[in-house]
Amino acid sequence: MIEVNNISFKYAGQKNLVFDDFSLELKQDNIYGLLGKNGTGKSTLLYLIAGLLRPKKGTVSFDGIETKLRKPETLQDIFIVPEEFDLPAMTLDEYVKINRPFYPLFSTTVLEGCLKDFELTSDVKLNALSMGQKKKVFMAFALATNTKVLLMDEPTNGLDIPSKSQFRKVVTQYMTGDRTLIISTHQVHDVEQLLDHILILSPQKLLLNASVAEITEKYTFEYRTPDNMEDALYAEPSLQGNAVIAPRKEGYAETQVNLELLFNAVNEGKI
Amino acid sequence: MTFTNEKPIYIQMADRLCDEILSGVYKDDDRIPSVREYAVLLEVNTNTAVKAYEQLAREEVIYNKRGLGYFVTPGAKKQILKARKQEFMKERLPELFRQMRLLDITIEDITSEWAKTA
Repeated sequence: MIEVNNISFKYAGQKNLVFDDFSLELKQDNIYGLLGKNGTGKSTLLYLIAGLLRPKKGTVSFDGIETKLRKPETLQDIFIVPEEFDLPAMTLDEYVKINRPFYPLFSTTVLEGCLKDFELTSDVKLNALSMGQKKKVFMAFALATNTKVLLMDEPTNGLDIPSKSQFRKVVTQYMTGDRTLIISTHQVHDVEQLLDHILILSPQKLLLNASVAEITEKYTFEYRTPDNMEDALYAEPSLQGNAVIAPRKEGYAETQVNLELLFNAVNEGKI
Repeated sequence: MTFTNEKPIYIQMADRLCDEILSGVYKDDDRIPSVREYAVLLEVNTNTAVKAYEQLAREEVIYNKRGLGYFVTPGAKKQILKARKQEFMKERLPELFRQMRLLDITIEDITSEWAKTA
């Protein structure tokens, strides 16, 4: 559905390429977790997919149309929630009235449902909101647009403790049918139980591109005592013993992915 | 719900539903929440909830009525108890025995403690 083919990209005035001959395919009906250390190009990748940035070489296309052309039929099916953004000085009601015509599948039911879950109302003044409230209002609008693709950059930053749980609730409730969500984040604990598929970026390339099902099939995540480490691929000391990733043995039950451990193992080249 | 690290989330969801059947929240032929309702309740990916329901359907704890949802199989409670007992005997008891040997605890020590709880 989204195809990134051999792209190169660098920001004006910068020497280093953010992407060099980078390719990636994203499939419909999945919730992707896009992880990577600071400065590995997570946000840049989201902007390239949304057509807000244009690759120097190669193509990014959505259903066969290059997103950099910014055609209406593309833009009505992609929505991006950036990490930081400003909203105009008006109420949410006015904002919705002006912006909803751009999204033919816009759903008032979803908007009202999300606002209710986030304990907000549609008469709020957008420029008088705290960072967390602004984020919640914009995510409610984003989910209500019913676009096929939804991109979220650090969605849980700035959200208070109950809102993080509400965020997971609205995502499971409204990311229905054929919608695809890409969440770029460092807050792995906030989102790990939502994810179908994990992408881990390093400068210029993908270190990991695997579904959660593939990962749990191949690897075991568990705590072990130090005398029982021979087949461990990667280990970190912790209060419960060593946190270990090992190949899963035939016939043994699958274990829950420890995303933080996986991330560190992948970045150190152990997996 | 706080998920532990030991079991995959879908197994933990299935266990939770079984606990609810054991405690009588859902009785024979009762309709249980839909896959999506349960996913939203526990804030997990819908595909994970689907896996949990499929597992329970395979184990015949629940059954599907097309278009109506999932229902508790009559006798599910007995079935779950049997499976849990088996799990205890096969997995937890050997670990307990290992600890007992390690700490030099005899079966008599256990029976006398057990008698005190009655």
